[in-house]
Amino acid sequence: MSEEVKESTEPHVRKDDPRSHVLSDPASKPEDIEEKKGAAAQRVVDPDYLFLEAPREKEFITGSEAAKESIRRANVDIAIAYPITPQSETMQQVGYLYAEGYIRDYYRGEEEIGVMSAVAGASRAGVRVLTATAGPGLMRGIEAIAAWPGGRLPSVLLVMCRVVNAPLAIQPDNVEISYLLNAGGIVLHGENQQDFYDYPLIAFMVSEKPEVSLPAAVAVDGFFVTHARNWVSMPAEDLKLPMRDCYHEAVPMMDNENPPIRIARDAPIQKSNFISYQMHAAWQQEIWAAQERSKKWLSRWLRGLIEVVNPKAKTMIVASGSAVSQSREAVRQATERGLDVGLIKIKSIRPFPTQELNEALDHAEKIVVPEFNYIGWLSKELKAAIDRTDRVFAGPRVYGGMTMPTEMIIDAITNSK
Amino acid sequence: MSKRAKRYSVRMAGIGGQGVVTASHVLSNGVIIDKGESTMVPFFGSEKRMAPVESYVRISEDAIYEIGEIIYPNVIVIFHTQVITHGKSYTMPFYTGLKENGVVIINSETVLELQADEEKELRDMNAQVYHIPASQLAIDFAGTELATNMAMVGAISAILGMPGPEAIEKSIRERFIGKGIVTSGGTAALDNVIEKKFAKKAVLVEKNNDVAKAARAFVVEKGWDRWFAEGRQTTSVN
Repeated sequence: MSEEVKESTEPHVRKDDPRSHVLSDPASKPEDIEEKKGAAAQRVVDPDYLFLEAPREKEFITGSEAAKESIRRANVDIAIAYPITPQSETMQQVGYLYAEGYIRDYYRGEEEIGVMSAVAGASRAGVRVLTATAGPGLMRGIEAIAAWPGGRLPSVLLVMCRVVNAPLAIQPDNVEISYLLNAGGIVLHGENQQDFYDYPLIAFMVSEKPEVSLPAAVAVDGFFVTHARNWVSMPAEDLKLPMRDCYHEAVPMMDNENPPIRIARDAPIQKSNFISYQMHAAWQQEIWAAQERSKKWLSRWLRGLIEVVNPKAKTMIVASGSAVSQSREAVRQATERGLDVGLIKIKSIRPFPTQELNEALDHAEKIVVPEFNYIGWLSKELKAAIDRTDRVFAGPRVYGGMTMPTEMIIDAITNSK
Repeated sequence: MSKRAKRYSVRMAGIGGQGVVTASHVLSNGVIIDKGESTMVPFFGSEKRMAPVESYVRISEDAIYEIGEIIYPNVIVIFHTQVITHGKSYTMPFYTGLKENGVVIINSETVLELQADEEKELRDMNAQVYHIPASQLAIDFAGTELATNMAMVGAISAILGMPGPEAIEKSIRERFIGKGIVTSGGTAALDNVIEKKFAKKAVLVEKNNDVAKAARAFVVEKGWDRWFAEGRQTTSVN
């Protein structure tokens, strides 16, 4: 771990130095070029360059392979996971990356509470840590997951959504995202294989920003994204992110005399008085303030917390995840029929893009919110964020793992409430 | 007749171990090799032999946005008669959602007897029901029933008129040699079995391709490739 790390928000390819975005290059010693392969041959580049500027090439691959290519370029120190469908294929791919030397360590945990606790330990030790789970595994690990933000522990959790509640199924249904909404961490919801390549890399960098210092989850709908093939455009595989810079973060690593470890050792629960209440309150406020501060970086690297299609349309669809893909097709069909319909894709669920949505929906007369879960967590979030909520048609919904026929969205658009 | 369909939706149904998911990868990738647009997604429960498996392939000349299972297919591909006779299907009856003038192709040496009401419904929607001895072609040309899925790929591509035989051959090659595709544990184990049956992977590719070509020839001989070519297929909007 000897890469040099620089922090900068300046443009990354300077005119006077076309290689200014390269922070560390193993090929700088010509005698090494012959031997270097795989991870050792990767160049560390500025995140701005990797996310926004580097030339890309398209490949026709599955979501699991897209995640693998993301992790290949993420400079991950340790991956920790326990297998569960539909996450298994992705973590198997990550296992190959370990075998090829792109990840420094790989730990198969006992089960998810063990996995998520180990993630806390690894992050606290100052290394870049990746984990992934799905449905019931997320439920099993959620005690530890909910403790990560208070520990101010940067990490990335991939969530391949599937049914969690009985009767059990392994098909995609994203109700599990609702369990993450109040934990305090960042939650991104990817639409497709492309997002499953882009979002984990961005999540690592945002998660580790000193003013953020929060865990980040990247959710996608299982099978529809993980096991399905689609086009993914990616920069060259010999590029990677800078390593985690744990010495310049918001909280010191493994320091027993200072928060947050000090709080774990001397928990407020041991001396319930006004100081412990005050401490907890301030700590919680700080977690949610850090979420707000993450918006700047997320907006920059995700190219906006939301994407808007047909911004002037009177009827707007608001969606996240797979529902966005179905809505794109619904917009195409609606346009063919001469209907005036637009679409807002929400990329970041936490932090929630309240301001962006209010601006983009101010003119809308009707707002349709298609979802792949029974409870409709996104429509509830939206209603809490905007005014004139009588405009919101909170549906259509599918659940239990089936996809949403585009006809259902068209019906919701054309039918009066 | 109407102009060529904008996009085709293919629903494949079979049982665990037959290579339904592999077939969908080979077909979808073949379309990509032929410069078309395609996406695919598999659907199955716990991975086990003889359990229901479906896989869906979307084929289009334009961008494809939709994801998930195909509810309204143009073509339904039945890899095993148990899909119909034992209800090993995610939809009952097996042709649920088939578009008007659609095609059903069934792996069977004999014409499968359906219920009278099923016969009527298929007739009413002007469905073309074809039977192909795919498993027998696999045994004849590759010496193993495990190549049944390649026969089905050859048959579908002939019926649709795409992807072409060269693209299918290249797609089979990419599946078994070189980068390969992501497979589940069960499929990886079956890969080991099939690789042991052939001295070299090159032979395996060649035999698989022979099966696909034989199925193509079978379809052409029967004239089933004319249905889509003559544009009788309903234009698909989704």
